[in-house]
Amino acid sequence: MLTIPLEYGFLVAGILFLIGVLGLLVRRNLLFVLLSLEIMFNAVGLAFVVAGASWQQPDGQVMFLFILAMAAAEVAIGLALALQLYKITRSLDVDSASQMRG
Amino acid sequence: MNVMFVLASAVAVLATVMVVTRTNVIHALLYFIVSLMAVALIFYLLGAPFVAALEIIIYAGAIMVLFVFAVMMLNPKVDQDRRGSEWARPAAWAGPAVLTFILGVELLFAVYWYGSGPAGVTEVSARQVGMSLYGPYLLGAEMVSMILLAGLVTAYHLGRQPRMINREGGSD
Repeated sequence: MLTIPLEYGFLVAGILFLIGVLGLLVRRNLLFVLLSLEIMFNAVGLAFVVAGASWQQPDGQVMFLFILAMAAAEVAIGLALALQLYKITRSLDVDSASQMRG
Repeated sequence: MNVMFVLASAVAVLATVMVVTRTNVIHALLYFIVSLMAVALIFYLLGAPFVAALEIIIYAGAIMVLFVFAVMMLNPKVDQDRRGSEWARPAAWAGPAVLTFILGVELLFAVYWYGSGPAGVTEVSARQVGMSLYGPYLLGAEMVSMILLAGLVTAYHLGRQPRMINREGGSD
C-alpha cells in the first residue's frame, strides 16, 4: 500500500502545473515560455506516475515515457523556432513575432 | 517517508518558482535542473526508480543541454569579463547548491535507511514497464517514435541555414 496519499501527489503536480501556467502567461522571453512548457509537461508526468504508483501498475510510467519523448520533440522544434525568431527580429520577445509576414 | 516526500515537494515547488522568476536564462536552467532532481526523488520515493533515472538522464541531461546550446547560440553581445565575474558570484549558484545539498542528503538517507527501495512501497520495476511498453502499448511506442522522427526532421529543417538564392546564377 502506498504510504503517500494520492491527493498529496496530485496537489504537488497541480502546484507545479500552476506555476508553469503563470510563467507561460507572464514571461515574454521565448526561452522562458519554453521552460514553462517543460514545467507543465513535468507536472503532468508527475501526476501520471503518482496515479500509476497508487494502483501499482506500470501504465503511469509508460505514459511518462510518452510525455518525455513528446517533450523532447517539442523542445527541439521550439528551440529551432527560437533561433529563427532571433535571426529575423534580433530579439527573443514573443510579442515581436505578432506580425507574421512570412 | 512522508517527511521526505514533503521535503522533496517543497524543494521542487521552490525551485520551480525560482525558475519562473529569474531574469537570467542560465540561472533559471540551474533551478529547473534542481526541480527535476527533486521530482526524480519523488518518483524514487513512490517506487518508480526507472522513470526517476530517466528523468535525470533525459530531462536534466539531454533536454537541458539543448537549452544550454540554444542560449550559447543566441546570447551574443555580453561583455566577456563582466559576465565571467558576474557568474562567479556566490549569489548565482548558492541557491541551487543549497537545494541540491538538501536533495543529496535526502537521497543518501533514503538509500542507506531503506536499502534497495523505500519501505512499505511496492516497486514497479523497469521490467514491468518494459513488458507493458512493448506489449499493450506497442502502438503508442511506435507513434512516439514517429513523433521523434518528425521532431528531428522539423528541427533540422528549421535550424539549417537558408539557401543563398540568386547568388550564383539563381540555379540553387
